[in-house]
Amino acid sequence: MQVTCPQCGPRDSREFTYRGHALLCDRPAPEAGGAAWDEYLHNRENPAGWTEELWYHGPCATWLVAERNTETHAFRATRTAAERGK
Amino acid sequence: MRYSGLRVIAQGLTGNKGWHPVWRNPDPRPEYDIIIIGGGGHGLATAHYLAKEHGLRNIAVLEKGYLGGGNVGRNTTIVRANYNLPGNSEFYSHSLKLWEGLEQDLNYNVMHSQRGIINLFHSDGQRDYAIRRANSMINQGDDAIILDPDGVRKMVPIIDFENVRFPVYGGLYHPRGGTARHDAVAWGFARAADSRGVDLIQNCEVTGIDIENGRVTGVQTSRGAIRAKKVGIVVAGRSSQVAAMASMRLPIESHVLQAFVTEGLKPIIDTVVTFGMGHFYISQSDKGGLVFGGDLDFYASYAARGNLPTAEHVVEAAMTLMPAIGKARMLRSWGGIMDMSPDGSPVIDRTHIEGLYLNCGWCYGGFKAVPGSGYAFAHLLAQDRPHESAARFRLDRFRTGAGLMDEEGKGSQHNLH
Repeated sequence: MQVTCPQCGPRDSREFTYRGHALLCDRPAPEAGGAAWDEYLHNRENPAGWTEELWYHGPCATWLVAERNTETHAFRATRTAAERGK
Repeated sequence: MRYSGLRVIAQGLTGNKGWHPVWRNPDPRPEYDIIIIGGGGHGLATAHYLAKEHGLRNIAVLEKGYLGGGNVGRNTTIVRANYNLPGNSEFYSHSLKLWEGLEQDLNYNVMHSQRGIINLFHSDGQRDYAIRRANSMINQGDDAIILDPDGVRKMVPIIDFENVRFPVYGGLYHPRGGTARHDAVAWGFARAADSRGVDLIQNCEVTGIDIENGRVTGVQTSRGAIRAKKVGIVVAGRSSQVAAMASMRLPIESHVLQAFVTEGLKPIIDTVVTFGMGHFYISQSDKGGLVFGGDLDFYASYAARGNLPTAEHVVEAAMTLMPAIGKARMLRSWGGIMDMSPDGSPVIDRTHIEGLYLNCGWCYGGFKAVPGSGYAFAHLLAQDRPHESAARFRLDRFRTGAGLMDEEGKGSQHNLH
């Protein structure tokens, strides 16, 4: 399996660490309340199919957001987490 | 038909013409008291205990494929009660007691083999933890013995005891642990539930959950609408999709866990062994294949197959622990889809929708839980209050932070377990 790093191009998946759904980029405000934090920390849509995820490329220290299919393991597009923004 | 040795002999002498299919294949009726979504181990066990322990009969199990075609037929078949934390400890202890009477209860040979399980430790710190865990098990009323390296050597001579990087300091031995024939467990529960009148409906995919005024009224399926007073979701691996039909988001992320089996070999491991310095566990099936597994692939997946890096990691651990395994040829590998919860422990609970109940989040550990989970979920469905053995498997523990069961001490977030 290969992942395309926005900085380095296609690289072996061993160089990457999966961090979870890209909603992790959308951190609630500290005062957002328990329900918002519960959604952020625990509850997931967990889709079967295309999803948007946060990955980390160790060798170049880039956080990236990837569109990936959880049923086929195919990657479609990747960009840096900074490009996605909050 | 009741199975017995006499029956086998009588059938053998009369041309084996008297064997019949062991469960009916009924069409769904328009209404049931209780619908169980999911005809895997846990769903079939729930149906059996609802009928046997609570005297309920008007029950359907809806299965989108065939009975036992999911994770109950894809695991590494290990049965044990060697947990450390309150909550898990009493639950798996209860489940193991049910295992020990299961074949008599079901009148079915599930090939439950209490061949023991040894969790190896490789450092002073690991030994301290193993002793503490052993004390927890003994306090729970289960069995635990700390083996020194010679004790391990006598039981599992195939281990490389000369490994200087990961020396074997000993093992936590749980004699009542072991294995069972996984398919037979599904079949045995299915047969027992059917014999008490439960309708097991295959090729019946649930496509919607009907809710009126906050109360469940039935389900939509590929074989039409079915009304029900109560609905239980027991679909580990697909929990998020089914819960979404009731507009629920669960604290679950689905991951793929791979397993491997070698060609059949002569007996070489007569117990279950887990490596303490890498995630690796192994036993030998009755056919002779070495059955082993390791870590998740660590990315969300519904693919039921994994990738090479994890396979390499598992095989490296195998070669480190028992280099002789390198002589064996790997026959096949496969994957199952795990409901991973944030703290690594399951959920058996009501939902905020009246009449809708949830059983999910079994992470790696669903197989050994099959009888205990079915027993506790049947109790919850029938009596609307949790069985004492599963009272801590609450859905709200993640939101409140109270009663988290994090066996590995890693924290209560996704991707840690």
